[in-house]
Amino acid sequence: MSVDFKAVPRLATGYRFQWEEAQQNHVLLYPEGMVQLSDTAAAVLSLCDGKRTVEAIVAELEEDYETEGLDEDVTQFLTEAEAQGWVKYG
Amino acid sequence: MAKIPPPLWLLAEVTHSCPLQCPYCSNPLDLVPKKDELDTEGWLKVLHQARKMGAAQLGFSGGEPLVRKDLEVLIAEARKLGYYSNLITSGVGMDAARVEKFRELGLDHIQVSFQADDATLNDYLAGTNAFQHKLEMARAVKASGYPMVLCFVIHRQNTDRVAQMLDLAAELQADYVELATTQFEGWALANRDHLLPSLDQVREAERIAHACQETYKGKMKIYYVVPDYYEKRPKACVAGWGRVFLAVAPDGLVLPCHSARSLPNLELHNVRDHDLEWIWYESKAFNYFRGEDWMKEPCRTCDEREKDFGGCHCQAFKLTGDPTNADPTCAKSPHHHLIEQAIDTTRLNPSNSKPLLFRKRQNNTNLS
Ligand code: SF4
Ligand code: SF4
Repeated sequence: MSVDFKAVPRLATGYRFQWEEAQQNHVLLYPEGMVQLSDTAAAVLSLCDGKRTVEAIVAELEEDYETEGLDEDVTQFLTEAEAQGWVKYG
Repeated sequence: MAKIPPPLWLLAEVTHSCPLQCPYCSNPLDLVPKKDELDTEGWLKVLHQARKMGAAQLGFSGGEPLVRKDLEVLIAEARKLGYYSNLITSGVGMDAARVEKFRELGLDHIQVSFQADDATLNDYLAGTNAFQHKLEMARAVKASGYPMVLCFVIHRQNTDRVAQMLDLAAELQADYVELATTQFEGWALANRDHLLPSLDQVREAERIAHACQETYKGKMKIYYVVPDYYEKRPKACVAGWGRVFLAVAPDGLVLPCHSARSLPNLELHNVRDHDLEWIWYESKAFNYFRGEDWMKEPCRTCDEREKDFGGCHCQAFKLTGDPTNADPTCAKSPHHHLIEQAIDTTRLNPSNSKPLLFRKRQNNTNLS
């Protein structure tokens, strides 16, 4: 599975991304489950809003973190997230 | 002992009333009478307190939660508080409009349970004609934009139809299907001789489930767990006593596991008298099986005790008389022969054992 930079990722139906005060962590909630997200994962998922392209997400994160070359981290995570069923395209 | 983690999962058993009469129900035989149920205020208090402590997953179950007329109020509040909420239902007691209302109020998903894949067997097991309505409700759930989550509870009388169940699920375009093995608690335990599948049945169901997981990969997610009676190790009861899970019974009794009422000498507390925080962190009941101090051999020195925490304590009690024994489904348990005897279904002759007992309030007296 490769990631298309023009594609527009969004959270899959039935998934909810939110900050959990008690855990001091971002989590992803879904039927019968919950995963605690790493900071990177949370940063990417927070931008998977069904409007931004992968390209735009990378650019935005690079700006936020004042760095370059995040494309690989982002695509790697998105590949994993799609395999897990968290993220869908279009 | 290490710091006690907060609860993450709240199961609100809002009522024991149910229009169905499934003999595999794991509710206790002494169902909580309607008049003893918590009122709306009581449930709202439970939702607030648990969320404040950190609970994020919320299940509305029962009985049949749809029987509660204030379910809409509870759903709306749950959403406001930030719960991810799940309605566990037979589908009886709602129509497409009510589903749509739940959606608007922010319910996150709905799990519809089926007794079987065809009307005759389904309605025989449910004790009422419900199959057609369930099909409609499964479709209504999906039409409302929810993922379709179906649950088939399996046992000897329907295990041979796992393939047809999965066909039905695929035809309905389900997103998730759970093939849930009957937990032998409450009514199910009373009916165990009628419900325990044979080993051959279990293995065949497993084979079909795994094959279908491949066939439907990416379309429909199938969950199937081999029942603990047929494994050499127990299940980690509710992911460990007092670690993540907490249930509140219809009358407000707070339970470390939904069968904990059946354990002896366990003083359980009610949300009417104490707040959840005290019950979770301080009460004796919730601390009873926390950590490892309660363990005896073989669990005490077992290198797998971090995996299953000694298994199910209610099962240990029901089958061995002592809840601090290892769960007898474990092959290391000195009582494991009890399980081996039970699953030797060749010994069973349901035609001359007690008749199948359907779950209804007047039937619980037939047992004593
Ligand atoms: S002996 Fe106890 S801890 Fe070890 S596997 Fe069996 S039940 Fe689990
Ligand atoms: S051990 Fe008891 S308390 Fe735990 S899940 Fe099993 S039946 Fe429930």
